[in-house]
Amino acid sequence: MIRLPLILFFSATLFSIGVYGVLARRNAVLVLMSIELMLNAVNLNLVGFSQLWRDLTGQVFALFVIAIAAAEVGIGLAIVILIYRNRETINVNEVNLLKW
Amino acid sequence: MFQHGEEVAEAAGSAGLARYAWVVALLPLLSAALTLFLGKRTPGRGWIYGVITVGVGFLLSLGILWHFVEGGGTYSSAISWFQIGPLHMTLGQYVDGLTAVMLIVVTAISLCVHIYSIGYMHGDLRFTWFFVVLSLFTAAMLNVVIADNLFQLLVGWEVMGVCSYLLIGHWWEEHVNSSSAIKAFITTRIGDIPFMFGIFVLIAATGFATSNIVEIEHLIAGDETSRAVVSIAALLLFGGAIGKSAQFPLHVWLPDAMAGPTPVSALIHAATMVAAGVYMVGRLYGIFIHADPWVLQFVGVIGVATASGAALLGLVQDDIKRVLAYSTVSQLGYMITLMAAGPAGRNAAFFHLFAHAFFKALLFLGSGSVIHACHTNNMSEMGGLRKPMPVTFWTFLIGSLALAGIPPLAGFFSKDELLVALEHDHQWVLFGLLLLTAAITAFYTTRMVLQTFFGEYRGHGHPHESPLSMTGPLVALAAATLGVGFLGFAWTGAPFFDWVFFEEPEAITFVPWVAALSVTAAGLGLVAGWTVYRRWREPDPITALGPAYTLLWNKYFLDTIYWKGIIRPVRDPLAAFVYWTNQNILDGVVNGAAKVTRVSSRGVQAFDRDVIDGAVNGIGQTAGFTGGVLRYLQSGNVQRYAAFLFAGVVILAVIFTRI
Repeated sequence: MIRLPLILFFSATLFSIGVYGVLARRNAVLVLMSIELMLNAVNLNLVGFSQLWRDLTGQVFALFVIAIAAAEVGIGLAIVILIYRNRETINVNEVNLLKW
Repeated sequence: MFQHGEEVAEAAGSAGLARYAWVVALLPLLSAALTLFLGKRTPGRGWIYGVITVGVGFLLSLGILWHFVEGGGTYSSAISWFQIGPLHMTLGQYVDGLTAVMLIVVTAISLCVHIYSIGYMHGDLRFTWFFVVLSLFTAAMLNVVIADNLFQLLVGWEVMGVCSYLLIGHWWEEHVNSSSAIKAFITTRIGDIPFMFGIFVLIAATGFATSNIVEIEHLIAGDETSRAVVSIAALLLFGGAIGKSAQFPLHVWLPDAMAGPTPVSALIHAATMVAAGVYMVGRLYGIFIHADPWVLQFVGVIGVATASGAALLGLVQDDIKRVLAYSTVSQLGYMITLMAAGPAGRNAAFFHLFAHAFFKALLFLGSGSVIHACHTNNMSEMGGLRKPMPVTFWTFLIGSLALAGIPPLAGFFSKDELLVALEHDHQWVLFGLLLLTAAITAFYTTRMVLQTFFGEYRGHGHPHESPLSMTGPLVALAAATLGVGFLGFAWTGAPFFDWVFFEEPEAITFVPWVAALSVTAAGLGLVAGWTVYRRWREPDPITALGPAYTLLWNKYFLDTIYWKGIIRPVRDPLAAFVYWTNQNILDGVVNGAAKVTRVSSRGVQAFDRDVIDGAVNGIGQTAGFTGGVLRYLQSGNVQRYAAFLFAGVVILAVIFTRI
């Protein structure tokens, strides 16, 4: 059995890497992957606390998050492909139409 | 309609046609409305309505008189009109012998004048309007005659005044006509104001209980009101008669009223409206007789001053209608004088009114026929009309002899009755003065006839006899003038005085020496006139009177005195004051209001511009400025948005963990 602080530390590290990736990477695919990292960091937390409290709810919730993450990546990659087809790039900096 | 009808007098059985007197009064009103609305679309431009309705009214009046010939009693009825406090206003009729006689007079003369006007007014610009007002006038006069209460009387009285004004000014294109109309209207109004107050005093004396004439006279006879109040009321009422019946000193309007068309002069200013003052005094005689004796003395003095003064003025006139106008004033003076001689005098005055209406209407219509032929009013431009206008001449001669008081014409009998009544009352001063006036009357009548119909024609053009519509009424009136005198003659039973009486019918006696005096006076005047004017040459021999002629020619300077003494001193300062008020006060108020509006609107404009618009614009500018700053946050860069998101989450996390 892994001790909870270890799990939380690992999870926090993973989440921070994910945040960094989302905010700093220019490649849209890598941004999506960073989001996956953050989601999985959350999953780690859920599973860790589930183990602590001997309650399966956290693990069920983690399964739901995985499913949703899969769907999200599917849609996200589809958008990325469409952006690439239209703009010949997947650089997030250059996709800046969401403004005034 | 008249549910409250009741027999007043003793006569049992039906009231006959007397209950329909109100129909006689309403018929001409109907005619006025029909002529006004349909007249111009009717063939003949609408004279037909007036002639038919007044004709029917005349026949009905004959029927009403028949009721009294058969000895029928007084009939009165009323419908409720409205109520003010305790005072019930009614529209009613009071029909006695006097009413019946007056109905005959008014409808007969009005019928003649309506028919005559068809010819006289032919081709006139306002032909239809003329008939409208003529009919309206007839309705108003009939309303005065049948009125059973003072307010109804006043309404008819005033409507007559308005019609008189409209008809005198019928040809208003000429300034003198319209100013004559205004003069007539205002002068009679000066009398109407006391008249109105007289009515108020009487009604106040009854404690505002009634305006009914019979009831008021009954209350006064029952000594329920103080004699002083009755005297004041009688005096005030007499003021109305002075104005309406053209008595001295308000007679000045009547000669000027001759500016109207001649049929109008015949109907209104000779036979009917001017007689309304006399009628009113006689109808309200119960009030006059219960006043202090000096009131009736005053009435007599005014009457005799008018009778003799106006007769003298008639001597010098050149305008044929003015001669007749002064003669009318003079004859009205006779009637008013007689009111001072007790009930017998009152009845004699009514007989004179009755007879005078016919022969004076005849004279006026005759003069109208002459004017129609010669296109002038001046006798100096007439003369010798006897040959080209035989019908007019003979009828005019009959009327003139009646006016002069030659037997057996109407004027003789009525003047005889007047003198007999004065003789009975021992009013010797009045008796003498009226006898003298009779001589003067005969003199100026002779002068008028000789200047108009005898000698050589002095005018231009070719006079011709008038059409049948004008000569017909002349012949009818001449026949009446020949006949009606006998109605009041003692030897023929004097039926007139069985119809017209005050309280009790009285026996009529023939006094030979009075009749002889009367005929002598008339004859003297006639002979004198014939002697002077038989061989008439320029200048008029009457100018030989010298200063007296100047005095008469200037109408005793009364018009000048009124002009300089009353009208100008009142009118000019009044006009100046009104002008000043208009310029300074009224205009000042208007201009001031405009100025206030302007200043306040400036303030409002500044407030609107600076405060309200400022607030609106300020809000807009603030929003624009804020947006201008904040827009730099929205870069479109997803990662920056995500950075804000995480920053927000961190801040929230810090806040919530602190709590």
